[in-house]
Amino acid sequence: MLIELPCPIPYVPFMNHDNYPNDYIRGILNSVKTIAMVGASQNPARPSWIVTKYLLERGYDVIPINPGLAGTELLGKTVYASLKDVPVPIDMVEVFRNSEAAGPITDEALALDPLPKVLWMQLSVRNDEAAAKAEAKGLQVVMDRCPKIEFGRLSGEISWQGVNSRMISSKKPVLSGKGFQKLSLNRS
Amino acid sequence: MSDRLPGFNTLAIHAGAAPDAATGARATPIYQTTSFVFDDVDHAASLFGLQAFGNIYSRIGNPTCAVLEERVAALEGGTAALAVASGHAAEFLTFHTLLQPGDEFIAAKKLYGGSINQFNHAYKNFGWNVVWADSDDPSSFEAAITPKTKAIFVESIANPGGVIVDLQAIAAIAKKHRIPFIVDNTMASPYLIKPFEHGADIIVHSATKFLGGHGNSVGGVIVDGGTFNFAGDDRYPMLSKPRPEYGGMVLGETFGNFGFAIACRVLGLRDLGPALSPFNAFLILNGIETLPLRMQRHSDNALTVAEHLASHSKISWVSYPGLRSDRYHNLAKQYCPKGAGAVFTFGLKGGYEAGVKLVSNLKLFSHLANIGDTRSLVIHPASTTHRQLTDEQKTQAGAGPEVVRLSIGLEDTQDLIDDLNQALDAA
Repeated sequence: MLIELPCPIPYVPFMNHDNYPNDYIRGILNSVKTIAMVGASQNPARPSWIVTKYLLERGYDVIPINPGLAGTELLGKTVYASLKDVPVPIDMVEVFRNSEAAGPITDEALALDPLPKVLWMQLSVRNDEAAAKAEAKGLQVVMDRCPKIEFGRLSGEISWQGVNSRMISSKKPVLSGKGFQKLSLNRS
Repeated sequence: MSDRLPGFNTLAIHAGAAPDAATGARATPIYQTTSFVFDDVDHAASLFGLQAFGNIYSRIGNPTCAVLEERVAALEGGTAALAVASGHAAEFLTFHTLLQPGDEFIAAKKLYGGSINQFNHAYKNFGWNVVWADSDDPSSFEAAITPKTKAIFVESIANPGGVIVDLQAIAAIAKKHRIPFIVDNTMASPYLIKPFEHGADIIVHSATKFLGGHGNSVGGVIVDGGTFNFAGDDRYPMLSKPRPEYGGMVLGETFGNFGFAIACRVLGLRDLGPALSPFNAFLILNGIETLPLRMQRHSDNALTVAEHLASHSKISWVSYPGLRSDRYHNLAKQYCPKGAGAVFTFGLKGGYEAGVKLVSNLKLFSHLANIGDTRSLVIHPASTTHRQLTDEQKTQAGAGPEVVRLSIGLEDTQDLIDDLNQALDAA
C-alpha cells in the first residue's frame, strides 16, 4: 500500500516567475496556515474581501492588514495596521496592493521575526526586485497569481465555472469534508 | 502528469473530465437536475455573490455542461468557456455582453445564412447594428470602423463553403483599433484551425456541428481567449463598471482573464436563459472524444469527393480550398494544413432547377439543413437556408441559384461518389 506523506515545500532558489509548477503552488497552499492579507477591504464587491472569505472558508487563518481599518473586525477577524502589529507568526504574506507598494510591504515582511515562509503577490502584482530580496532570505515567492484561483484550479472547484484549469487527471478530486461543494487540494 | 500541456488528442478525451468526486464514475455523469443543495446559508450567499466556485441552478451552470466548457476551452487554448443552448445563443450572449443599444459591429458578408438573418433582423430590435465587410479584403473591415464599433465577427472557414478567412490580417486591424475579434470556428473546429493562435479574442461554436459530430444534439459554446483587457475600458460596461446585480462588483477586474466568459454566464445566461441541457452536453462530449479522428476523415473524404466533382461534365465549378486550383488554397495551406474541412459548394451548369433535382435524386446523401454529421448531407441553399436573403445577398454569401452545398460524412468515398454520379446523371 502506498502511503502519501504530507508534501513538504520544495526549496527552489531560482524560481521562474513566469510559469510556476503546479506542485510548487500546491506545496505552498498545503503547508501555510496563517496568511496576512495586506490590503484587505471591507467591501464585499472587492476581490480582496472575496479572497479573504474564500481562504477563511478553506480553513486558513487569514489576518487582515489595513491601517484605515485597524482595530475593527473584518469577516470575524481583527484587522491590524501593519505586519509588525500581528501578534502571531505569519506563514504567508499576501500582497493585495499594486506592484510598487509590494516593495515596502516586502521590506516589512522581511523585518519580521520569525520570517514568513512565503511572499505571495496577487494577480496583476509583480515586483521582481522585491521577489529577489525575499528569495535571498529563503522565502518562497509567487507573483501575479490569485490564491483563490490557484486553490480552485488545483482542487478542481474552478472547473465548475467552465474555467480551463490546465489540469487533467485520472484521479478523483477529494471532498474537503466541509460540504459537497468544497474540494481539497489533493486527489486520490 | 507533468506540467507540460497535454496534446490535442489527450485533451479531446480528458480535459475537464476527472472521475466523479462523489461516486468515482469515470464517464462524465449526466447531472440531470435543476438545482444543487447548498452546504449552508453562508455557502448559498457566497455562491449567489460570485464569491465561491460551485453550482446553484442549471440555467446558470451544471457540472455536465461545465465539463464540456472546460473541454472546449482547453482544445481552443482559451481561459474559460460557456456552454449554451445553440450556436445562435452563443452569438447572442457574446454580443449582449459587448454591445449597448446604438452600438455597431462589423461582420464578414460570407457567413452562415442563419447568422446573416440574426444580425440583419433580430439584433436590430436590440439596437445592435451590423456593418458588413468583405473578408476577401481585410482593409474593408478597417474602413468600416467607427467610434461605435464594439466587435468584429468572422467565420474561420465560412459557410456555405470554400472560404478561408485571413484571420491574422483582420486580427491586426482589430488589435490596432482595440476592438475584440470574434471568430466562429464551427466549420473548422479547433482540430483544423485554432483562432486564438491567429489573434482572435473570443471564439464561438455551434457545437451541433463537428464538436458533437453525430447530428443528435443542438448546442453552442463561447470561449474566452483571455487576451482582451476589458477592465477599465468604458466601452464595455458589462465588464468594466460596477454591476448593481452583484453588489457593485466589477466583473472584468474580479475575474481577470476569464472575466468575459463569467460575464456571459452571470449577466447573459442567468438573465436571458438559453441554457444547454446536461443530456446534450453529455452527447456533445462523447462526440468531442473522437473529434481529431473524425475531422481528419471528414477532410480527407471531402477532398476525394471534391476532386471527383471538379472533373464532372455537369458541374461548372467546385469551391473547396483543399483543391490546388482553388483561390483559397494558399490560405488553406497557411491556416489549416491538415485539411480544409467537410463542407464545400459546387455550381451546376443546369442552374436552380438542376439543384432542386439533384437533391431529390440523391439516395445516400440526406437532404437537410445541417452540417458536421457522420452522415453525408446535401442542401440547395438558394431554396432553403439562404432563401430569405435577397438575390444579391445570396450571391455575396456564396449561395447563388446554381449552388449546392455538401457536408461530407465518414462513409466510404466510393459510395458517396456513386450516389452523386447517379443523381447527376438523372438531373
